[in-house]
Amino acid sequence: MATSAPQTNAGTGTTTLPTEWRDFFTLTKPRVMTLVIFTAICGVLAAPGSIHPVLGFTAILAISMGAGGSAALNHWWEADLDAGMKRTMNRPLPGGRMRREDARDFGIFLSGVSVVLMGVAIGWLAASLLLGAIIYYAVIYTMWLKPRTPQNIVIGGGAGAFPPLIGWVAVTGEITAMPILLFAIIFFWTPPHFWALALFVQSDYAKVGIPMLPVVAGEKPTRRQIMFYTLLLAPVAIAPWAIGGTSWIYGSVAVVLSALFVVLAMPVFTRMRAETDAMTPEKRLFKYSIVYLFVLFAALVADRVAAYQGLIA
Amino acid sequence: MTPEEELEFKRRRKARNWVVAGTLIFFVVLFYAITIVRIGDPG
Repeated sequence: MATSAPQTNAGTGTTTLPTEWRDFFTLTKPRVMTLVIFTAICGVLAAPGSIHPVLGFTAILAISMGAGGSAALNHWWEADLDAGMKRTMNRPLPGGRMRREDARDFGIFLSGVSVVLMGVAIGWLAASLLLGAIIYYAVIYTMWLKPRTPQNIVIGGGAGAFPPLIGWVAVTGEITAMPILLFAIIFFWTPPHFWALALFVQSDYAKVGIPMLPVVAGEKPTRRQIMFYTLLLAPVAIAPWAIGGTSWIYGSVAVVLSALFVVLAMPVFTRMRAETDAMTPEKRLFKYSIVYLFVLFAALVADRVAAYQGLIA
Repeated sequence: MTPEEELEFKRRRKARNWVVAGTLIFFVVLFYAITIVRIGDPG
């Protein structure tokens, strides 16, 4: 079980050398940040109304800093678990390149500054949502649910779903159906995305005792859940068009992308792992899920920009 | 601390100081820009 008390030498900072600034940057999970920044920008650009470029940039910066801060807190809390997994054992804390409390302080500082920056520059509704997202990821997901329930990914998906919602609210100052749908798209996208990954890195999670669905429930229920959430995702992704929030541009892209998602999830659902299995359908679904989200949100922005420019009805 | 370690210590400290300085300057400029925009905001 994850705990903040060091059980290994992860993050004990055996070196007397100061930590490289790059290691602090690594704490913010830059690769995850790419998706956060992208979806936040999409939320800002797709929202009706306008925002001064300086304030738009500040909103995206604050969201990114909040995501980076909560990621640093995740590194701090999970240092012992990271030390036991091949994928994460070279991170700054398990690698012994940083003191554990430095990661914690950096995370708290970055999170605090992000919320204040959002509140002062943009507004306190967006700042409250950002604070909620940070607490959701760092406390509810990382500390509480991830080590306790195999549904951790479903709940954790909520944390990653906040950026477009906050970006939208930063522009409009109110929560309406459209930003909630953007939240829902990422929420329902996360389980098939992450469980496809968990199927082919299953042994790592089993080693450190994280109750990932494939570990505790087995492959078959995981494959069934991937299909279930993929089928839920499709109507949610099409909903912005169905409720009249977008035009046919987004609608047609959402229909095609979601249909392909279902097609690629089918073999993952129906098959079982064989001896010396390359896990090709699972890896293909995982890669496609990333493309899916990027293209879907890009289509949303293209649709809305075209509408606001008067190019389409 | 060996001479090599001392050199590495100074290199890391210098690099971190530059990053902190750059970040501070960035935020000074950003807050100035935010202030100007907010002052000119009719809403």
